[in-house]
Amino acid sequence: MRLSEVRRILGAEVLTGEELLEKVEALSVCGADLMSDVLAFTKEQTLLCTGLTNAQVVRTAELIGLCGVVFVRGKRPTEEVVAMAAQRGLPLLSTRYPLYETCGLLYTAGLPGCGDKPSDHGCA
Amino acid sequence: MVLHFEVRGGDFAAAGEASSRLKAVLRQLGLEANLIRRVAIATYEAEMNVVIHAYHGRIEARIAPAAVEVAVTDEGPGIPDIELAMQEGYSTAPEAIREMGFGAGMGLPNMKRCADELRVESQVGVGTSVYMRFSLPGTAKEDRGEDR
Repeated sequence: MRLSEVRRILGAEVLTGEELLEKVEALSVCGADLMSDVLAFTKEQTLLCTGLTNAQVVRTAELIGLCGVVFVRGKRPTEEVVAMAAQRGLPLLSTRYPLYETCGLLYTAGLPGCGDKPSDHGCA
Repeated sequence: MVLHFEVRGGDFAAAGEASSRLKAVLRQLGLEANLIRRVAIATYEAEMNVVIHAYHGRIEARIAPAAVEVAVTDEGPGIPDIELAMQEGYSTAPEAIREMGFGAGMGLPNMKRCADELRVESQVGVGTSVYMRFSLPGTAKEDRGEDR
């Protein structure tokens, strides 16, 4: 799903990377506030939805090739963090939906999660 | 090729810079994407550990035809019980670090997951050194049969 579609579904504000939204494709979504989990369990071209707004979010995105970040509950990072993302060509969006609804809306629209399903481990 | 990076304890603004510079070099060298990803993740976790826990650290990365080796050495408080620190969820990081998205006891387990070989040595009151080896595709340990 293109990030332009993500923006439409979430009614999100674009903080940086407006020109990239039509080009960048998200293959999966991860909802997390723990960057170590993001490092451990995401794949390339994953869209991160998070309530964290610090520089480590952008750094994590850069290191593992996330395709963009959605800040939930209307959160916004500082100008420095936005500039850091702009420099790296990382689109940042901000939505008023909380994390659960954000992930639910994207999942319902067809974007899968980024990890293994419980059934893959014999749990369900 | 050998690269050196300095890491300052407590410098959260710069945390991750060394790892992203290493990643950029590995990309320029045209190494395989999954290997670059594993090196980047493990080095970033090790770098964060230095920033969170130590006073000063140094990263040395050796890029050879068979493997990428990353050694992270710090001057810091050391780890009293390495086996305990290797367990997922065990952490001594303060709450402020957890609010930044780290310090949840996933660092060393993440390094272990990404590296083909991990050695941790530590002396309490002196510091910690972490050695990680990542085999290049085409070498003996290329396929570990794990989904990453």
